[in-house]
Amino acid sequence: MPHDNATLEAVSIDQSEGNFSFPEAYSFDAGYGLSETVIDYISDAKQEAEWVRDFRKRALKIFLDKPMPTHWASKDLENIKFDEIRYYLAKGQRPTRSWDEVPDDVKQTFERLGIPEKERKFLAGVEAQFDSEAAYSNVKEELEKQGVIFVNSTEGLREHPELFRKWFGKVIPTGDNKFSALNSAVFSGGSFIYVPPGVKVGHPLQAYFRINAENFGQFERTLIIVDEGAEVTYMEGCTAPKFETATLHSAVVELVAMKDAKIQYITVQNWSNNVFNLVTKRGLAHENAEIRWIDCNIGSRLTMKYPGVIMKGRKARGEVISIALANDGQHQDTGAKMIHAADETTSNVVSKSISVGKGRSTYRGQVHIPKHLKGCKNNTECDALLINSQSRTDTYPAITVRGNQHATQHEASVSQVSEDQIFYMQQRGLSEAEAMSLSVNGFVNDLVREFPMEYSVELKRLIDLEMEGSVG
Amino acid sequence: MNQSLSINDLHVSVDGTEIIKGLTLDIPKGEVHAIMGPNGSGKSTLAKVLAGNEEYEITGGSVLMDGQDLLGMEIDERSRAGLFLAFQYPHEIPGVSNANFLRAALQARLPKGEEIDAVAFYKQMYARMDELEMDRKFTGRSVNEGFSGGEKKRNEILQMMMLEPTYAILDETDSGLDIDALRIVSQGVNAMRSPERGFLVITHYQRLLDYIVPDKVHVMFDGRIIRSGDKELALELEEKGYDWVKEELAA
Ligand SMILES: Nc1ncnc2c1ncn2[C@@H]1O[C@H](COP(=O)(O)OP(=O)(O)OP(=O)(O)O)[C@@H](O)[C@H]1O
Ligand SMILES: [Mg+2]
Repeated sequence: MPHDNATLEAVSIDQSEGNFSFPEAYSFDAGYGLSETVIDYISDAKQEAEWVRDFRKRALKIFLDKPMPTHWASKDLENIKFDEIRYYLAKGQRPTRSWDEVPDDVKQTFERLGIPEKERKFLAGVEAQFDSEAAYSNVKEELEKQGVIFVNSTEGLREHPELFRKWFGKVIPTGDNKFSALNSAVFSGGSFIYVPPGVKVGHPLQAYFRINAENFGQFERTLIIVDEGAEVTYMEGCTAPKFETATLHSAVVELVAMKDAKIQYITVQNWSNNVFNLVTKRGLAHENAEIRWIDCNIGSRLTMKYPGVIMKGRKARGEVISIALANDGQHQDTGAKMIHAADETTSNVVSKSISVGKGRSTYRGQVHIPKHLKGCKNNTECDALLINSQSRTDTYPAITVRGNQHATQHEASVSQVSEDQIFYMQQRGLSEAEAMSLSVNGFVNDLVREFPMEYSVELKRLIDLEMEGSVG
Repeated sequence: MNQSLSINDLHVSVDGTEIIKGLTLDIPKGEVHAIMGPNGSGKSTLAKVLAGNEEYEITGGSVLMDGQDLLGMEIDERSRAGLFLAFQYPHEIPGVSNANFLRAALQARLPKGEEIDAVAFYKQMYARMDELEMDRKFTGRSVNEGFSGGEKKRNEILQMMMLEPTYAILDETDSGLDIDALRIVSQGVNAMRSPERGFLVITHYQRLLDYIVPDKVHVMFDGRIIRSGDKELALELEEKGYDWVKEELAA
């Protein structure tokens, strides 16, 4: 593959267009499979510094050397055909289709979820770019005034190495697991955010505002650094089902909350049935800092995701709130990792899973409190709801608490929507599907409240839709 | 068209055991009928079968509601067509607030695309709650979850008042109510009595029928109505017990 200057020029970011979109006319093809050549290809296309190229190459080696995490959930991972994947798809190679080719059920779902017209085409894969500059410009101006940096990962590494290099790959080392290594080798897209000391960002920052082909990529890399006493909320994803052709998604998200800082990271994802969604997310909380992961996973063939917080400073707090919904043919393997590494640190995990039909949910948690620490607290609650007898749910909480100066609490429940309850609700005039969705919404209600308003409304509709299909 | 809830020679089994054994009963609109009968005689089974519970197998007979074939309808269709059952043991719906549940039930009665008027809904609900002397805090609480026995029963009547059914079956609504609550709930039911509405009141106690005075009283025993009469029959039963009717039946 020749990388001539003209092509390189074409792919470079046009600064006059603003920080938030990629140029229209570029097209790259890194081919299938994974090799050093592919890595060079990506690095060239992104005009990366040597240290980033080296970082990628080291990661590739680790990825190739590392065995599949067989001790995890599922043999299904063995079905991923790494040689048949395109690791870097620029816009030119995105499969394009016309609106007429989008299946009716997908269109109906957009309708039912109330997805705005202009976003539907992007989500359906008809348009590779979602132009959100207008919607975003007000927020952007305000952010710039406050000194907040909000860019894509390519630009972050290139334009602000002094800020991002220090923490890049530090919260989640490349070798953390096979998929974090894969991401480190081929990452593309994702957000880089820096919030200066004391700045409290009023609006939640949304990846949604800056959707484009690359941003919704398979191997996103996000790094958020919130300096002392600063606060930010970040939201990614949306409830609309994504019309996917790529089957492997493997993101890495690293959060750094300095002293007294607060980060809230909200995810809502609705994957199609063919997707492996293998994500590594972790935050580092310094003294008296707070990191909250609020996570909703719907769909996918297999999702493996265990957001974590390392509480490194005294009085740091970590929280994971998650909702998982697994329908027929889907497996949600989710959980949380809470690593207490300082005195008086507090963590809270609330997980609710719903298994419908043959869907399967697994909770996998890890809470680690070493012996030498004092006054740490953990609360873990995991509740599973089974929609019919074929559903399956497992809970594997691993709570390692050494020493006796800590307080931990663990509750788990498995419940079913009983026929009697559905009968009662139907007697009041609700259809079976309505009764089921109301019950399921009731089950997750206290967690849905943690999501921003527009997400919680969409989530409710989405649950309605999922339940509609699940009853006869 | 016959304006009544009309049960004709109904036979119902569960797991091969017959529980309702040829029951015939006609409740015309505008009337209140009471059913009394010993434990296990099949009263709740009758109520649940009318509502469409699928645990039970109907082996014979028919039920017409204002001429419509009730047994051919889905559970929710029957409800929307005007049938209401106040349960002997109301179910809990965790996480779903009373207000949202009622709203969903009313919304289900509207044509597609039409939204319930939220302001009017709350106004209506508060007015009914006031009649039943229910605290406003019950609107935000999950349906029946953690409610006391009496609170659940009162909540059933609130739902009935909001849904304004054509035929209401009250299965032992009086059990669990304290003396004041019994009076308040009965007043609520009486306020709902109208020429356009029929009631089937299942109870063990004459006391309820002092408040809700029935047009007819039926005695159910072993899956059948073995005796019917006017309100005096309830008094007689209270005095003499069920053995009296059973003996008469045997004779
Ligand atoms: N689902 C079921 N499976 C097996 N037996 C049942 C079932 N439902 C009812 N029965 C039986 O049918 C009979 C009638 O029960 P039902 O609840 O209708 O009585 P009831 O007249 O309402 O009694 P009570 O006055 O105690 O409320 C009882 O013997 C009961 O055990
Ligand atoms: Mg009963």
